[in-house]
Order: sequence, then C-alpha cells, then structure tokens
Amino acid sequence: MNALRTTALALWILLLALPAAAVIETYEFSEPELEKRYRQLSQELRCPKCQNQNIADSNAPISQDLRRLLHQQLEAGASDGEILEYMVARYGEFVRYRPAFNAATAILWLAPVLLLLGGAAGLLMLLRGRKQSPATLDSNDQARLTALLKTAEKDA
Amino acid sequence: MAPRLKLFLPLILFVVLAAFLFRGLSLDPTALPSALIDRPLPDFQLTGLADDRPLTRADVIGEAALFNVWATWCISCRVEHPYLQQLADSGVPIYGINYKDEDEAARRWLRDLGDPYLVNIVDREGTLGVDLGVYGAPETYLVDAEGVIRYRHVGVIDERVWRDTLEPLWREILALETMP
Repeated sequence: MNALRTTALALWILLLALPAAAVIETYEFSEPELEKRYRQLSQELRCPKCQNQNIADSNAPISQDLRRLLHQQLEAGASDGEILEYMVARYGEFVRYRPAFNAATAILWLAPVLLLLGGAAGLLMLLRGRKQSPATLDSNDQARLTALLKTAEKDA
Repeated sequence: MAPRLKLFLPLILFVVLAAFLFRGLSLDPTALPSALIDRPLPDFQLTGLADDRPLTRADVIGEAALFNVWATWCISCRVEHPYLQQLADSGVPIYGINYKDEDEAARRWLRDLGDPYLVNIVDREGTLGVDLGVYGAPETYLVDAEGVIRYRHVGVIDERVWRDTLEPLWREILALETMP
C-alpha cells in the first residue's frame, strides 16, 4: 500500500516536471524540409540580446520574435539567403555565427590562418637555429676540456 | 635576433597582452553597432497610444527628433523617464515607441509619471522593433529631419550620456538642418 502511494506520488511529481521541458514553443511546418531548414537557421542565427546563444537555445523575448519571423518567412517560401539578408539588414553581421566575408569581418576569418602561419614560421626558425649551431670547439677550448676531464678523473 | 633581445621577448609579450586586456576592461561587450545607421527610419503602419489613430512614418518625420523605445515592463525605462521629461521640457522633440506593452499600463504610466513624448507609436507585436533592430528596451534613436537614423543609444539616457554622446550629435544634426 505504502509502496503504491510512493509510486503514485513519484509519477505525479514527474507529470509536474513535464511543462518545464516545453518552455520553447514549437511550430508546425507544412513540409518536413522546412522544419529542417528552421532548425539549421535558428542554430546559425545569434541572439542579439544574449550574445553567446543562438536563437534556438535562447528564451529571450527577442529570440522568440526572431523564431516567429523565421517560421513565417520559411512558410512564405523565402530562401535561406533572403532570410539571412533580412536579419543582417536589421541586426548587422553580428546576428550570424558565420558572418559574410567583408572588410569588417576579415580579421575574424583570417586571424586563425595568420596565427597558424606565424606559429609555423616561428617553429621553423627555432628548429633551423638549433641545427645551425653544432658544438664546435677550437683547439684552445679542446685543450682546456681535455685538461678538465683529466682532473675530474683524478678526483674520482 | 640578438640573444639580448630574445631575453626580453616574454616581457614584451606580457606588455602587449596586458595592454589589450586593459583596453578590454573599459569596453562594453554588449554594445552592438546598429545596422541602420544612415539608413531611413523603416516604414510602419501602427496606431497612436493616446487615441488609437493610425500612424505611419510620414506622420513622425519632418524635424529632427529622438525616438525612444520603451515599455512599462522595462525597469531601466523608469530610471530614464525623468531625464527624458527634462529633455522634452528643454525643447527636444521625442517620439515614443511603446514596445511590446499593454496600452492601458502604458497610458497609466504616462498619467502617473508625466508624458515627455510628442506621440507614442504602439508597437505591440514588436514589428517596428524588429525593423529597427531593437533587442531590448530602452533604446533611443537620433533621427534627422530627412527621416534618416543617425545614431542609436542602447540603455538608459542620463545626463552624462546626453552631455558626452548624444548632445554633440544632436547639435550636429540641428546645424545641418538649418544649413541652406
């Protein structure tokens, strides 16, 4: 009896927790293809308010608005390019996680390549420098070295 | 590279890094440049808050003005409200964009706290907000007499913001307007 009551209580609590999983609204799509694109685009569009989240993950009011717009535009038959252009015209390149290449975003795109090249160049120089200095001793030093080694042997 | 110089390499790296980090301390990472600077104020067909009269872009341009995006749910808007009133009293035309709000609450707010706005545009669904690239309230746009957006300020306007940032731009816009 007691076990039954505990199970019932546990189930009841579990039921209460369900709405928490459904905070972000869902949209109906006329075609599964549209839903796929919705998912893709909402992950690529960045929430302007909460800067390190995409609009799929964020529950900020502005993300809700942008998701609604995204759904509307997809259903209206807009292409991915048109939708991105629409968003960028309003929120700037910032709204895309993969911004278009232009003067302002060049450093963003090129910095990793430049850093890699710089690192490779540095490494190359370091390795070459090491190779170019083999241990060479002139006759004077050679004589001193032998003398030192001899004294060391005697001491031992 | 001279070996002496090599010795100082870590120090040089440290100084460069420290300079960047120090600069970062005074940058606001949430400040975004508006995509609409030097673009015309977007077209809209909405209504006025006071009398539900239809309003379009043509009704609110013609002279340089501030466009202030606000809502009763926005706490910072309450903070900046007295300063907006002060600006309005000193003769700066301010249009309100009542953003995703309830009309009744907004009217009560203006009754209780004073109304610095020439007209309030009701943007209940946030459509004008999206066209403007609004991502939170309060935001304030400087729009010139031609209806072109010249500047956007995100956040509260207080005396310091006005004096240091907005007023110089505002004077510039007014000066251009009076030029033949």
